[in-house]
Amino acid sequence: MSLKKVSANQPKNFEFNSNTKKIALEILKKYPEKNKKSAVMPFLYLAQNQNNNWIPLAAIKYISKFLSMPYISVYEVATFYSMFNLSPVGKYFIQVCTTTPCLIRGADKIVKVCKNKISEKENQISKNGECSWTEVECLGACVNAPMMQINNDYYEDLDEKSVSKIIDSIFKNKILNSGSYRGRKNTAPENRIKNDGIDYA
Amino acid sequence: MLKAENKIFKNLYNNYGWEIDKALNRDDWKNTNELLSKGKEWIINEIKTSELRGRGGAGFSTAMKWSFIPKKQGSRPHYLVINADESEPGTCKDRDILRFEPQKLIEGCLIAGYAVGAHVCYVYIRGEYFFEGQRLQEAINQAYDKKFLGKNACGSGWDFDIHIHYGAGAYICGEETALLESIEGNKGQPRLKPPFPALVGLYGCPTIVNNVETIAVVPTILRRGGKWFASMGRPKNTGTKIFCISGNVNNPCNVEEEMGVPLKELINKHAGGVVGGWDNLQAVIPGGSSMPLLPKKVCETINMDFDSLIENKSGLGTAGIVVINKDQDIVSCMARIARFYKHESCGQCTPCREGSGWMWRILNRATKGETTLSDINLLEDVTKQIEGHTICAFGEGSAWPVQGLLRHFRKEVDKKCSNDPLIKKKKDLPYLIDQHLLEKKNA
Repeated sequence: MSLKKVSANQPKNFEFNSNTKKIALEILKKYPEKNKKSAVMPFLYLAQNQNNNWIPLAAIKYISKFLSMPYISVYEVATFYSMFNLSPVGKYFIQVCTTTPCLIRGADKIVKVCKNKISEKENQISKNGECSWTEVECLGACVNAPMMQINNDYYEDLDEKSVSKIIDSIFKNKILNSGSYRGRKNTAPENRIKNDGIDYA
Repeated sequence: MLKAENKIFKNLYNNYGWEIDKALNRDDWKNTNELLSKGKEWIINEIKTSELRGRGGAGFSTAMKWSFIPKKQGSRPHYLVINADESEPGTCKDRDILRFEPQKLIEGCLIAGYAVGAHVCYVYIRGEYFFEGQRLQEAINQAYDKKFLGKNACGSGWDFDIHIHYGAGAYICGEETALLESIEGNKGQPRLKPPFPALVGLYGCPTIVNNVETIAVVPTILRRGGKWFASMGRPKNTGTKIFCISGNVNNPCNVEEEMGVPLKELINKHAGGVVGGWDNLQAVIPGGSSMPLLPKKVCETINMDFDSLIENKSGLGTAGIVVINKDQDIVSCMARIARFYKHESCGQCTPCREGSGWMWRILNRATKGETTLSDINLLEDVTKQIEGHTICAFGEGSAWPVQGLLRHFRKEVDKKCSNDPLIKKKKDLPYLIDQHLLEKKNA
């Protein structure tokens, strides 16, 4: 259960635009008619995508009306799950995995680079307003540790140099490609050992 | 060593392409219709012969789980739910299945759905796996185009639909009842069991929840026979398993191996050995962070299957192997895991909500060398207070790693407690509630 800060600056109104609304109606078809409530998480994602990667309280109100749910139940869901941002984040939102498998391969060094280059504290937007960073729990790419996620992309097999490069590229607004930064193929072992003609990989 | 022809996930590293026509070349969807026409009982029996155990962590018999569902559909529909909320630290096997072998999963969903009488299947993918979810959706669309899904799926006369539901970064939603709560649009807090989901699950209807890997191996088992699957490994620990080897190894990787493969072979042959050589090994977490760690002595000889790990007071879990060498401070490694559990506790049961914080704070102080010996006894006591006193297995999952640390590395922990007791130092520490009693004025 994570603690979350709700932003002090809230827009007054929020509504799905026509495109989002179309997607929302598609999503509703996935669930049985009397269980509309199931769509609350996908709807919160939609609101987040529409509103620069964070969810204002007005959106929570809008969704609760849309799905005829009590406001508090939607608020509950929005605060329970860590991926819903309730206050603004940078255009490039960097999440550094620091759980043990990443930590023992040097995630703390990546955190240091982020502190130096972006902002001293987590969730602070950098000076040029482009990006913010935060520590998160396991992102499920432990074999490619250490790694971080920028918006939806996984950046894997990192070290200090490659992280600096990536952050510099963000500042230039030309972000580098995601994937492994040691040139390996997905989760295959890097230096395959071939014994007796058997390819272990 | 697993022979190449016995590998189930041939495209684990995407050497051959994930698209449906490439998957068809790898025998996916080869004779699905024929398999389905043999009937539900044959399918469940074949899985029973194979002795397949769930790959999600608990290792419960899959055939037995399926047989719990009501034989005939009553007024309530049946559901199949696939657990792709892979968040256990050290585990990343399902990600590769979703990315590179999605057709195996989709075919497995159809077969399992047919066997348990479900027309609708939800795949619950963790929110961070955005592209994996998109990939699966593409694969599902391709399967619809080939008429493998939808009305009269694969010509079997069975209607079957698959929907994707994204999670949003809550580890606890990997617990099956929390997952169902999450799909229903609530906070992901586990339900009391019984009733088990097989009777009262999603929307109050009979539901089967299975891990991605469990479902993805089903088509191959049926095609090659339960006996073939059971011939690998040893009785009750059969088949193949994807191992994720991470941490201080030279070549961290995912690899499919026979169940019961020696841990030493996995690390040395597949992962290129421990950084600094085998002698530099300190400990191994054998099955994702919830499982107690193993000291080097045990690692020499242990075989990786459910029962032999239980004999050593650990567990196979999700087979996420985290190797820790002697360059690491074992106490700080485990303190970080304790922080993970503190962060991810859903807050429903008091022992877990409060206890996970206690464990983290004590271990965190231990890494700084600020603990006393009595603190460590307190820590041990806290783990016992959590274990077995919670609704779901999260309590055990958070207490076991700390217990493992104290069982095997008590010396290392005690070394951190060389400080004088706090009582002498009169240190003003906020967590010491009886601080005022230390002041002589108040005594």
